[in-house]
Amino acid sequence: MNHYETVFILTPVLSDAQMKEAVEKFTKVLADNGATIVNEENWGLRKLAYPIQKKSTGFYTLVEFDADPKAIKKLETAYRRDERVLRFLTFRLDKYAAEYAAKRRSLKASKSNAPKEVKED
Amino acid sequence: MAQQSEIRYLTPLSVDVKKKKYCRFKRSGIKYVDYKDPEFLKKFLNEQGKILPRRITGTSLKFQRRVAQAVKRARHLALLPYVTDLMK
Repeated sequence: MNHYETVFILTPVLSDAQMKEAVEKFTKVLADNGATIVNEENWGLRKLAYPIQKKSTGFYTLVEFDADPKAIKKLETAYRRDERVLRFLTFRLDKYAAEYAAKRRSLKASKSNAPKEVKED
Repeated sequence: MAQQSEIRYLTPLSVDVKKKKYCRFKRSGIKYVDYKDPEFLKKFLNEQGKILPRRITGTSLKFQRRVAQAVKRARHLALLPYVTDLMK
């Protein structure tokens, strides 16, 4: 069970519902292949540094998960088949990368629940 | 002896003191170069978006390879441009 993280860019033409559905489709592909999803972030619509397929913005999503190497093959074929995905990158996290990702997640979590506390006080 | 002191240069001899370059990763203890935040990677690119050589940034070989790998991944994900002008 290696630790992986994958980032993929969806075409901006989609509506919100289609975008969520696309993200769920990939998380489902992962879940079917016995992957445990650790973290999921979407960076929303971002400007691309160079146009891809004539589009200059894209919807970025990051998924962090533990999986067997076999699941990656299936995930990537799913990406290649789906034409909504402009680009994807899967990356195996080594020791330091995993530490960094954990720190980043805790940082984001502390940032996200900080405003909540303010509301409660 | 007087002649020596009389030699005056139009511009003072600017011998630039050789600043000892150091690897910022070793010094600050960073172990992993993240390909997902372009702001940090931009420090290692010049205006055209090309990767700066080690002799300028002073990073050690081990981390220069990681930086190069991270920059190429960021370029693949369109977080960094392959070539641009006046990026900074």
